[in-house]
Amino acid sequence: MGALHIVVCIKQVPDSAQIRVHPIYNTIMRQGVPTIINPYDLFALEAALQLRDQFGGAVTVLTMGPPMAEESLRKALAFGADRAVLLTDRAFAGSDTLATTFALASAVSKIGETWGTPDIVFCGKQTIDGDTAQVGPGIASRLELNQLTYVAKISKLDLEAGAIEVERRAEGGTQLLSTKLPALVTMLEGSNEMRRGSLACALAAAQAEITVWNAAAAGIEDLLNCGLKGSPTIVKKVFAPGAHTVRAQQIELQDRNADDIARDLLDQIFIRQPQVEADLMRMASGQ
Amino acid sequence: MSDAPRPAASRANTKKELPERFRNHRHVWVFVEYEHGRIHPVSLELIGEARKLADKLGVEVAGVLLGGSEPEMREAAAQASQFGADLNYIIADPILTDYRNQPYTKALTELVETYKPEILLLGATTLGRDLAGSVATTLRTGLTADCTELAIDDERSLAATRPTFGGSLLCTIHTLNFRPQMATVRPRVMAMPEADPSRVGRVVMHPLGMMEDDIVTKVMGFLADRESATAQLAYADIVVAGGLGLRSRENFQLVRDLAAVLGGEYGGSRPLVAKGWITADRQIGQTGKTIRPKLYIAAGISGAIQHRVGVEGADLIVAINIDPSAQIFDFAHLGVIGDAIEILPALTRAFQARLSVNRLAG
Ligand SMILES: Cc1cc2nc3c(=O)[nH]c(=O)nc-3n(C[C@H](O)[C@H](O)[C@H](O)COP(=O)(O)OP(=O)(O)OC[C@H]3O[C@@H](n4cnc5c(N)ncnc54)[C@H](O)[C@@H]3O)c2cc1C
Ligand SMILES: Nc1ncnc2c1ncn2[C@@H]1O[C@H](COP(=O)(O)O)[C@@H](O)[C@H]1O
Repeated sequence: MGALHIVVCIKQVPDSAQIRVHPIYNTIMRQGVPTIINPYDLFALEAALQLRDQFGGAVTVLTMGPPMAEESLRKALAFGADRAVLLTDRAFAGSDTLATTFALASAVSKIGETWGTPDIVFCGKQTIDGDTAQVGPGIASRLELNQLTYVAKISKLDLEAGAIEVERRAEGGTQLLSTKLPALVTMLEGSNEMRRGSLACALAAAQAEITVWNAAAAGIEDLLNCGLKGSPTIVKKVFAPGAHTVRAQQIELQDRNADDIARDLLDQIFIRQPQVEADLMRMASGQ
Repeated sequence: MSDAPRPAASRANTKKELPERFRNHRHVWVFVEYEHGRIHPVSLELIGEARKLADKLGVEVAGVLLGGSEPEMREAAAQASQFGADLNYIIADPILTDYRNQPYTKALTELVETYKPEILLLGATTLGRDLAGSVATTLRTGLTADCTELAIDDERSLAATRPTFGGSLLCTIHTLNFRPQMATVRPRVMAMPEADPSRVGRVVMHPLGMMEDDIVTKVMGFLADRESATAQLAYADIVVAGGLGLRSRENFQLVRDLAAVLGGEYGGSRPLVAKGWITADRQIGQTGKTIRPKLYIAAGISGAIQHRVGVEGADLIVAINIDPSAQIFDFAHLGVIGDAIEILPALTRAFQARLSVNRLAG
């Protein structure tokens, strides 16, 4: 087995803490909203860099997006990634998760042909804009990679044997899994902390050559699987959550002290929810 | 790009033209998540929801049970039927004892290809999301994640509504021309249906057709969580939560005190996790837990949309906030405009007094 090769899929997303919705048209107002690397993807990138530091080899970052997504690739290079691929083509516009996984899986294959088959493909747990957590599993199915999602820790990597062991977050506990490479891993948040890139990396990143592929360059011949055409889902309607028709009934303050207000509130709670009162009284009388 | 609201003109008006090969897809399925000896409650919630969709369509509800032991699966199927499933497909094979993506994906896709459902619902748990993504990709069909509302439109298609951009907007997504139409829903988003102990359903057994040697991934162990705040918070009848309005970690104790007197659980808004006042499994909202308690008390929480989507299912929402224009009063049922740091301990005292009267009387 040759040197370790890892691909990390990152997405450039609007910093949703700063997103504003147009009050009349219910559209996202993107103007002036800064973009960031999807925060969950940084856990994946850091995990990849740690493995590379330990075993040698190279980390390739991949993103699909508009030309300006190059920015997030430069950030990843500044953190220490070795090379970056931007997959960009108007044919990808409007992709849902299925079409996104088609494009990304094709690019991962092309990366494999160009720089060596990856041993591990990393994704974040989910994005903060799409928020589906499906792109990772989708890429894994398309490329027939062994799928390890919600990974909290990579406990062992044995390149000789082509084996990997991880701790995976499952319902009600942690699953210890072992599988063979190549594998697709989605990293759980909080699994590590993103390093500060070195000054040398930052300088190199600013100058670095970024590989830009359109659909054809990524080896995609059939555009029917891409973008809107390749997306089985359709967004029919976008709307703002409605307000309740009635606002909260206010407990009158009337210059009363906190204890009087609290007793009033308690009465109102019990009037509206007799079930809660009954449950509490049963609990209090020790039944 | 996925699920970002697209310019509405692009495809919102696409016509439904279901290809011939999908026309005989019928019935609403729920993947019934069974692990460590029990059905995950989200699956029962989904059976309740599936029942409504199926009744609207005039079709049946089927549960899908995958696991290691046939008797256990049959018992779980009986339970699924009490909650509303007309029939259950079971694949019982030792290979399926612990969840692993590869055999579960094979089992579920094969059932879908053989029995052809029109709708397939899964819980948005770690297991459900892991499985749904693979199955949808293998079948090349659409999947809408983390839905908050499911409905059937005039053309008998599934209208799946989900929050997008962290809840700032909602969008309704259709999988018009592919089957099955797949969706995941988070625990507690849908109400738990009533069980009817007299209801029984049919069972269809199906073979897996796989050998352990075919499977590359091995489960080497499982460490159960010691304290599962996760499950307790999501399913508690009474939840008391605090936000940044409490101003300090010390003051957060007031939230815990009230929760303790009420025999409930406590939680908080997202910024408290970052500040280290609460652990991540106690965060309530879009990126935390969805709760549906009988009583929810929110103290010093502004009521941002990301918080709101996690608590809207509560029967009674009580808000304590110093700011009369706080958003939380838009969706709370009862409000107190006041200082949470004074009101919380007073409320704890009031409940204590009322409960001790009852203790003496009882
Ligand atoms: C992608 C994304 C996901 C998110 N997910 C979640 C999530 O899952 N859950 C979540 O909660 N948030 C989430 N958020 C954050 C959310 O947008 C809000 O920022 C957050 O809920 C605000 O927390 P808060 O109400 O505690 O604080 P603030 O918004 O600062 O509100 C504090 C409130 O306390 C009131 N107050 C001040 N002093 C007092 C006092 N003495 N007594 C009573 N009231 C007082 C103030 O009037 C104010 O209304 C998310 C954000 C993003 C962008
Ligand atoms: N456009 C994209 N380019 C690169 N990676 C992506 C893209 N979209 C999603 N991903 C990866 O897939 C993960 C899950 O995304 P999602 O299914 O949208 O929640 C992300 O954390 C990324 O690692």
